[in-house]
Amino acid sequence: MEGSQAVIKCLKEQRVNTIFGYPGGMILPLFDALGKDSSIDFILTTHEQSSAHAADGYARASGKAGVCIATSGPGATNLVTGIATAFMDSVPMVIITGQVDSNLLGRDSFQETDIFGITMPITKHNFKLQSAKELIPLLRKAFALALSGRQGPVLIDIPKDFFYADIAYPENTTENKAAKPDADFIICAAEAIDEILKAERPVIIAGGGVVLGRAHKELIAFAEKYKLPVVSTLMGIGAFPNDHPLYMGFAGLHGRKSANYTVAEADLVIAVGSRFGDRQTGNIAHYIYEKHFIHIDIDPAEIDKNVHSSIGLSGDMKTILNLLMQREAVNNPDAWWKTLKKHKEKFAYEYTGKYDVPNIMHHISQTINKGDYAVVTDVGQHQMWAAQHIRRRTPRTWFTSGGLGTMGFGLPAALGIQLYYKNKKRVIHIAGDGGIKMTGSEYYTIAALRLPIISIIINNESLGMIRQLQKVYYGARYFSCNFEYKMNYVKYTESFGIRTYDVHSMDEFVEAFSNALALNEPQAIIVNAGKAFVEPMANTVSGINTFVNF
Amino acid sequence: MKYQIAILAENKPGVLTHVSGLISRRAFNIETINAGYTEENDVTRINIVVNAYNETELNKVIHQMAKLIDVIKIVNISELPSINRELIMVKVKADTPAVRADIVNIANIFRAHIVDVGHENVVLELTGEQEKLAALIDMLNCYDILEIARTGPIALSRGTTPIKNM
Repeated sequence: MEGSQAVIKCLKEQRVNTIFGYPGGMILPLFDALGKDSSIDFILTTHEQSSAHAADGYARASGKAGVCIATSGPGATNLVTGIATAFMDSVPMVIITGQVDSNLLGRDSFQETDIFGITMPITKHNFKLQSAKELIPLLRKAFALALSGRQGPVLIDIPKDFFYADIAYPENTTENKAAKPDADFIICAAEAIDEILKAERPVIIAGGGVVLGRAHKELIAFAEKYKLPVVSTLMGIGAFPNDHPLYMGFAGLHGRKSANYTVAEADLVIAVGSRFGDRQTGNIAHYIYEKHFIHIDIDPAEIDKNVHSSIGLSGDMKTILNLLMQREAVNNPDAWWKTLKKHKEKFAYEYTGKYDVPNIMHHISQTINKGDYAVVTDVGQHQMWAAQHIRRRTPRTWFTSGGLGTMGFGLPAALGIQLYYKNKKRVIHIAGDGGIKMTGSEYYTIAALRLPIISIIINNESLGMIRQLQKVYYGARYFSCNFEYKMNYVKYTESFGIRTYDVHSMDEFVEAFSNALALNEPQAIIVNAGKAFVEPMANTVSGINTFVNF
Repeated sequence: MKYQIAILAENKPGVLTHVSGLISRRAFNIETINAGYTEENDVTRINIVVNAYNETELNKVIHQMAKLIDVIKIVNISELPSINRELIMVKVKADTPAVRADIVNIANIFRAHIVDVGHENVVLELTGEQEKLAALIDMLNCYDILEIARTGPIALSRGTTPIKNM
């Protein structure tokens, strides 16, 4: 069988039905084979970076490995930001790049790049094929690696001549077996419950690992059993129902005050699938002061990496949470809840209906929580406002670039997510005017496929987060953050054939949003918002329950 | 602090790059690195000496390296009873019979071998712990050292248990 046909057969064997990518010389044999096969949908994006983000989004929504393909050289290097984004957020992906013919390697041939070397630090693993024989075994291994343990992107670099080689299609002999917790582990779990029952002020931090580990039901049962308050990280939004009485909000540098106070005052932090990222903890010395930590994560290398924990439990999230529920809840959290309820009341956000971004996010939240929607953000101020004000109840309905903070992630990711959810969930995409200029070309793909994404651009004619950082840390010396030259975003999105609403007031937004929801086609809403600062903003020097004054 | 780490890895292209790349990315300095075949055909043993601030920091890197797909086993040999050896070759200028005789004497004292001799130079080979090698170099510094090549240390733990079974 020809190598390229074998690749297609293997992709089908791995139950891949959607692939994102962009053609080029060294990957053309694979495109030729792909074109002859109608059972895999191929999505042509406008740029390789978008292919990677779209495959990433598809993976985040489906839990399957996202697949993208590109050619050697510039095609491969354009993928890099997308791969790094997926790597930082532990998203399973298989990336196939074409490479120059094996006999031309190392000669600086046309469009030759060492993508194996380039992507080494940003992939879970990568392969450089040595012979055509390895093609199928390594492709299978790539899928297995991407989806096992702590998930992540795996790249496989294939010299063009291997696509033409005649190879035998080897039988699939891989089997999946789940590991069972050993005795040591069960002792640690018992110690962890002791700590939980002993703690006066415990709190759960729910991270993205809950979503990836499909453990949201176990998390709810665990929190309810011991009446533990829950905060979520940026990646953990949706892992715990945001309208649950035990939920204290999104915590972190721009977290809700109720959530940050809960964490700051806690004597025991139970981190579930969170890596104590610096945007979560702020100043680490303040953060760990007089606290105990129980760290639950699938990746043993995360335990004690950023925060030293008294107990680390590394393994499958569902199994661990089930182990932690095997004791009588004899703890008494009433006094702690008295404090927490006060925090909730004191720090509740007052929605006035004024025309500003928090109120717009609140309106979106109120509206979409009546139905089935997914929210995708870009990176910047709007992302933080969305995290603070849009409530999510179920996992895989909130998508954002957390670890890498990739501007331009939102629109291509929305494309991948909408392709997966089809008619089941409609995607609400929110971006700033900065990020949309980076990957806005993807409106072309969205419009061409008539995907019913509603794209909301918060236009403050500036890079708001940069402006905010310059205000706080650089004496308000604003530089390269204001877009003095005006651009017409309405004409821009309309040029793709996307119906667009231009909004200047709250009433106009409410009307535009309701009209957009009523129409099953791609639409854009340009929210002309003034410049503002995201509050709260925790002080990075003095602890997450101290805040910057604007 | 310097630590001697032994890594068993699958003998595949790119393994050394994966390992060394990770160490430098995590801001550690590799003092020495060497690799070679083992008693098993498809397994490579990589011996590394790294400079780490303390054991906690070292353990973080060991955890990260253990995650590399091709890494089978990784052990901090420094914390085990172990034997440590390095091989060194030194080329010294010896253009008079007197100097040559001196160097041969020094070699005998250190139980080093003269592995090559020419009209104007000799090459010494010595295996041992790093202190012994340092002492030899110190002695030879009185003469004109033309070139040094060394392997970097390798280490084995004492007792019957190989590190793959630890």
